Amino acid sequence: MFLHACPIFFSYYIKRMAKITYIKHNGKSQTIDVENGLTVMEGAVQNDISGIDADCGGSMACATCHVYVKEDWFNKVSSKTEGEDDMLDQAYKPKKNSRLSCQLIISDELDGLIVNLPEKQV
Amino acid sequence: MIKTDVVIIGAGPTGLFCAHQLGVIGLKCEIIDNLNKAGGQCIELYPDKPIYDIPAIPECTGEELTKGLLKQIEPFNFKIHLNQRVEKLSKEGNNWKLTTSGKNEFLSPNIVIAGGVGSFEPRKFPVEECEKFENNSVLYSIKDKSIFIEKTVSIFGGGDSALDWAIELSKNSKVKLIHRRDEFKGAKSSVDKLKQLEKENKIEIFTKYQLSKISGDSKLEGIEIKHDDGNIKLFKTDYLLGFFGLIMQLGPILDWGLNIDKKTIPVNAENFETNQKGIFSIGDICTYPGKLKLILSGFHEGALAARGCFKYARPNEKLRFEFTTTSKAILERLGKAK
Repeated sequence: MFLHACPIFFSYYIKRMAKITYIKHNGKSQTIDVENGLTVMEGAVQNDISGIDADCGGSMACATCHVYVKEDWFNKVSSKTEGEDDMLDQAYKPKKNSRLSCQLIISDELDGLIVNLPEKQV
Repeated sequence: MIKTDVVIIGAGPTGLFCAHQLGVIGLKCEIIDNLNKAGGQCIELYPDKPIYDIPAIPECTGEELTKGLLKQIEPFNFKIHLNQRVEKLSKEGNNWKLTTSGKNEFLSPNIVIAGGVGSFEPRKFPVEECEKFENNSVLYSIKDKSIFIEKTVSIFGGGDSALDWAIELSKNSKVKLIHRRDEFKGAKSSVDKLKQLEKENKIEIFTKYQLSKISGDSKLEGIEIKHDDGNIKLFKTDYLLGFFGLIMQLGPILDWGLNIDKKTIPVNAENFETNQKGIFSIGDICTYPGKLKLILSGFHEGALAARGCFKYARPNEKLRFEFTTTSKAILERLGKAK
């Protein structure tokens, strides 16, 4: 009867979220709750965070959702799949900790993730 | 000044099929594209990659799709103006006047923007000072390779363009190839060849390095490159070549008084007209509720936009709906009438 109040069932009702912080090139930062299963790119686009363009819509066919992943997080995010580095070659000012944010899928493990946005995408 | 019924901006699959639909209903058109060949993203981004979601074609590459579309519009003899970008648009009575970077002028009651995600332009060096030497000693494409003979050339990039030019220019120039990581994206045979040339001291390769500075006042003199670990190297160089792939930019289209929403142009899904009368937008560049960025959706959008163009091109005529299987007029236009 009060199943909805039971913690086990409650977990089915709520969407699991992770806090993602996007720091712009000018230093301004925004922290957003992003649903698990979405990508870091989608979290930005859905919340109107400028600085991530995602021209190709997340199919790893461009390099306009380029972000820098903070050092201590870089090893925790999923590793790059084949082709991502080839696209990053075409990004603006790629660095060692560059990633395409469309390839970073949000999970509990990424709660608290901080990404820095490049000066520009194109 | 070229007068026509419709000007299509973009010779990708959507633009080409829209041209076909215009031909079928008896209108004339001219097609403009910034690239040196038709095909748009299909030919520039994935010419060899198979596409699996074209109706009735289980598998085809971007190049095959483009060839098929070009063949399909052959009967109409539409002209495709390549290597030029649209620059200016202005209203002249009931017509739009469009000027391209190739100094061509078009006058037409209809413009169909099938521009994909914008025009392709080379990604440039992030070092600002490079701008002042651009087209002079800092280059992003090669028109005349004889200028490099007996010169020092620094090539940046890891894809096929960078590798092919490094190999080619190493015959007559002193070549340095610099790439930001250890692996090269280019063909394995090219990478092997490079390694061979490196062993023979015919080429120098620096990986995990990126351009950090350039020097020279009126003439490029030298460059500074920086390793991932901070190590810095300085070279003298006569030419700097960057092959970082292409980026897509909306460019002058942004200034045409069209509504723009996140780099896309909102249209009505009835005939794909924008907020400007006589300007239509189809394919990846347009947006409307339910928009899918698929080639097949672009075909549908092109067919409807073509009908939308008819009323402005032939204001005193009524468009009759006909099938290509049975209409004598259409079969004549296709050169199939007996």
